[in-house]
Amino acid sequence: MHGRLKVKTSEEQAEAKRLEREQKLKLYQSATQTVFQKRQAGELDESVLELTSQILGANPDFATLWNCRREVLQRLEAQKSPEELAALVKTELGFLESCLRVNPKSYGTWHHRCWLLGRLPEPNWARELELCARFLEVDERNFHCWDYRRFVAAQAAVPPAEELAFTDSLITRNFSNYSSWHYRSCLLPQLHPQPDSGPQGRLPEDVLLKELELVQNAFFTDPNDQSAWFYHRWLLGRADPQDALRCLHVSRDEACLTVSFSRPVLVGPRTETLLLMVDESPLAVEWRTPDGRNWPGHVWLCDLPATSLNDQLPHHTFRVIWTAGDAQKECVLLKGHQEGWCRDSATDEQLFRCELSVEKSTVLQSELESCKELQELEPENKWCLLTIILLMRALDPLLYEKETLQYFQTLKAVDPMRAAYLDDLRSKFLLENSLLKMEYAEVRVLHLGHKDLTVLCHLEQLLLVTHLDLSHNRLRALPPALAALRCLEVLQANDNAIESLDGVTNLPRLQELSLCNNRLQQRMVLQPLASCPRLVLLNLQGNPLCQAVGTSEYLAELLPLVNSILV
Amino acid sequence: MADNLPSEFDVIVIGTASVNSITGLPESIIAAACSRSGQRVLHVDSRSYYGGNWASFSFSGILSWLKEYQENSDIVNEGPAWQEQILENEEAIALSRKDKTIQHVEVFCYASQDLHEEVEEAGALQKNHASVISENPTEAVHSAYLPSEDESLCIASCEMLTEQTPSSDLETALEISNVKVTGETEKHDDKTCMKSASEEETSKNVPTTEGTALQPKKTRITYSQIIKEGRRFNIDLVSKLLYSRGLLIDLLIKSNVSRYAEFKNITRILAFREGRVEQVPCSRADVFNSKQLTMVEKRMLMKFLTFCMEYEKHPDEYKAYEEITFSEYLKTQKLTPNLQYFVLHSIAMTSETASNTIDGLKATKNFLHCLGRYGNTPFLFPLYGQGELPQCFCRCKAIIDQFGQRIISKHFLVEDSYFSENTCSHVQYRQISRSVLITDRSVLKTDSDQQISILTVPGEEPGTFAVRVIELCSSTMTCMKGTYLVHLTCTSSKTAREDLEPVVQKLFTPYTETETENEEVEKPRLLWALYFNMRDSSDVSRNSYNDLPSNVYVCSGPDSGLGNDNAVKQAETLFQLICPNEDFCPPPPNPEDIITDGDSLQSEASEASVILEANSETPKESASLGNPEEASQ
Repeated sequence: MHGRLKVKTSEEQAEAKRLEREQKLKLYQSATQTVFQKRQAGELDESVLELTSQILGANPDFATLWNCRREVLQRLEAQKSPEELAALVKTELGFLESCLRVNPKSYGTWHHRCWLLGRLPEPNWARELELCARFLEVDERNFHCWDYRRFVAAQAAVPPAEELAFTDSLITRNFSNYSSWHYRSCLLPQLHPQPDSGPQGRLPEDVLLKELELVQNAFFTDPNDQSAWFYHRWLLGRADPQDALRCLHVSRDEACLTVSFSRPVLVGPRTETLLLMVDESPLAVEWRTPDGRNWPGHVWLCDLPATSLNDQLPHHTFRVIWTAGDAQKECVLLKGHQEGWCRDSATDEQLFRCELSVEKSTVLQSELESCKELQELEPENKWCLLTIILLMRALDPLLYEKETLQYFQTLKAVDPMRAAYLDDLRSKFLLENSLLKMEYAEVRVLHLGHKDLTVLCHLEQLLLVTHLDLSHNRLRALPPALAALRCLEVLQANDNAIESLDGVTNLPRLQELSLCNNRLQQRMVLQPLASCPRLVLLNLQGNPLCQAVGTSEYLAELLPLVNSILV
Repeated sequence: MADNLPSEFDVIVIGTASVNSITGLPESIIAAACSRSGQRVLHVDSRSYYGGNWASFSFSGILSWLKEYQENSDIVNEGPAWQEQILENEEAIALSRKDKTIQHVEVFCYASQDLHEEVEEAGALQKNHASVISENPTEAVHSAYLPSEDESLCIASCEMLTEQTPSSDLETALEISNVKVTGETEKHDDKTCMKSASEEETSKNVPTTEGTALQPKKTRITYSQIIKEGRRFNIDLVSKLLYSRGLLIDLLIKSNVSRYAEFKNITRILAFREGRVEQVPCSRADVFNSKQLTMVEKRMLMKFLTFCMEYEKHPDEYKAYEEITFSEYLKTQKLTPNLQYFVLHSIAMTSETASNTIDGLKATKNFLHCLGRYGNTPFLFPLYGQGELPQCFCRCKAIIDQFGQRIISKHFLVEDSYFSENTCSHVQYRQISRSVLITDRSVLKTDSDQQISILTVPGEEPGTFAVRVIELCSSTMTCMKGTYLVHLTCTSSKTAREDLEPVVQKLFTPYTETETENEEVEKPRLLWALYFNMRDSSDVSRNSYNDLPSNVYVCSGPDSGLGNDNAVKQAETLFQLICPNEDFCPPPPNPEDIITDGDSLQSEASEASVILEANSETPKESASLGNPEEASQ
């Protein structure tokens, strides 16, 4: 039409674009080639800086080229005058900024900036903080930039209070910000150090309450936002338990000493991780795990020489020192006794409340109230349900057992994607409760039948158990950790879905094993049973392998000492 | 230049061209759209006084505008010269020169006035404004405009005549002689250039600033300060905001006209309850940060708002309540009275009786949909006032002085205020009640004094309408530092003052001399207040007018709504009639894609240079339209 501008058609535009792209690609490839040639030839001069900046300017994620640049810069550092170097650094900082504008989440660029700032004699940290603030304004969840900010703040020794105020401002703008919450969890313990005796990494009550209010605002506003729930979990959590030796057990019969640790450890041969003192004299021993794999584990044991178990003496003392964990434990074997032990009680230590803190039960109680309030409004919110369960466990696992199980049922219904995880968690809690009940009853018999268990955990806590009933559950294996049950005499695991028996290995006192109605198919899986020297009764009825021809013969050969095998 | 004005155009837009406003918003959009489609467009104006109802004024400008109504000076019709121009096959339509759309104008001044001090607006020609100023703050000058029959301009069915209007006022004489052309020889003149014409001329008259040190109380703004700083004011006759996903924003972006405008986000939504102004939490961040809501309320509100975002997907939740009002519906939801109030009045911005459930849900959804695109509220305000927007669509133009020439055109676009009483004899109009206040502080003080707020005050009695209050801070470039410009708007039931004064009294207190200096006044003080009624012709159908030729297209004046959708819809409809099958306001071509050959070289070069300039002047603080999508992790 009259008076209108003539404009290229879309085909013409596309063609122009294509030619432009082709041209770009050519330049990119030839520049890359030149850089690699120069690097190989050791020509690390300013021309490499120029070439790499052309490429990195377009694609800042080319990690090798950043390495090249570092090599060049390092070389130039030695050659240039301070003034020239300052100019070089200034250009480099500007270039890095332009790369960050191309990709604000480029690992290579942020890393290079860290490297560069770390080498400067007088870095301008204030400027770097300003840079971070600007990038976080554009995207408050850019964790690359958060990482860099933490680096800068540490280098510049920015007071934690200022950094905390910065996280405040970002959370105010958008609380769905994992980095910001996480940074708080780093800053608050710095701002409010606990007295030496107190648990490290925890907050004083007034601070804690303020944080809880903040985070409650977040999950009442949007209960589906995970970031706030994670922070909530941290707030209520307690510091990692101190390293400790939980249990020490000596058996005269087996001439064996067993140690249970608060966390999995690796005790290497001929290392000084563990020291054993028998009657106050050091004794060199070989440590191994009950299953014989010598992988990091909770339980380690060693054989004792006959001299240490002399029944003529009134008693022997055994002291184990854990050098790395700065912990030790002592137990006594009295004359005429088959065994001796020393154990931390799960009930006294409240071992199973470690998910959440117990110091502030009033705080926990009021948190439980608000979560229940929220749950009424949001009956299907999984985070709320899970938090309620955790709070109940922290408050009183036995008192809330029934309620907890109901919440688990609701939770599984609203979050079927995580059903298996929830089953395992539920199993863990039930096992913990049973363990507590056993200890209160002061027996060594543990009944875990009909509990719908899907997994066995805390087995290192069962070192002293003699009778274990696992029947009528949904277990699929007796895991290697079961080998820690050094005192186990009777094991019933009927009516499960057990396919493997890796944990029924090296159990020195096991006499009866009942595995009716499981899913044992291959004879091979029975192999570990041969390592249990006292096994006399084995019931395998109702397993697929019973149908196979020759099973009885195989068993007779594998387990010649077992007088009663039911198949 | 005058010699070069062609006598034939595709479209003639009859508007009120002045420094402040070229035409109304719909006319400007149509003119821009036609121009983009290659039509030759002529803007013609004739009025001897300032602006259409879309205009925006400096303080001295609004005083002149007031004077027009107060003096009631009719311009005598100067004879039948135009009748000779009408050809045999043409039919004349008389246009009214006098604007009858504004009524019941009343002005009050509360700021202290030092009568011995000679003050005038820096850069203003206007000197004698004493007549509109009350000397006693409690007794204001009152003037009502009486419409009179005055028809001076005519239009023939295929021609129109512009003529010079005699006037004694130098400033207005300058104004009316402007004819603005948009069309094939596009010339780009910059907004600031346009304004500087009058600025330069008058700067000689500016007395050197001498008064500030003489002010007795530093914190109190006096009337003379307002006069002196009068150019800082941009007082809109219409008070509107842009919904950040409204039709106008879409159009500004699509047409790339947005580069000519800058916006600020409204920072707060306020409510007035139980005698207190409070902030309405409406975004996720607001709810999170709110100190006034309980935890459970936070959840209730978020839950309800989340539902509203996609209410259509959950018919079970509202189907049963379709017949009742939105207000009744809210009572059935899990919402405290607190929250019901916020949703009804401040978010859906409706009233107890006005809308049913569906309308309320729709309005709430629209509000939420606009939230977060450019900031924490759904609204944008154009820097320098709403009056900037029509200008943005008319940025490409040449100014040519022209009179007494016969011009031919196929299409005529006329704002309905131009029609004579004969044409409108069957039309029933609604009225909008308006008030403009200058105050000394915000209705809700916070850390920052640069807040832009919208507050809805529901009508108290049945039959009265909710009053919309928009408070602008000085960074919107509509008022001087240390003051706030407050616009009140409602559908009229009586005169503007009768409708709005009760709300003004609730929110503000008149400035009085007797206050001791230490006295802490809780409410903001009124420095100056203006009331007027504006005609609302937005729902008048074309058929209501008598004897309109088919090539005359009618634009209505501003409507009372908050957004600008009405104007955009109207513009698009009329554009489709003028240019059927043409794209409405397509983006201008990328300068790289323009094929240059011979004749058109000149204009293309200038187009390209304008694009570059416009791109480089994006200001830091204000929201710039374009690519606001949220950065995500």
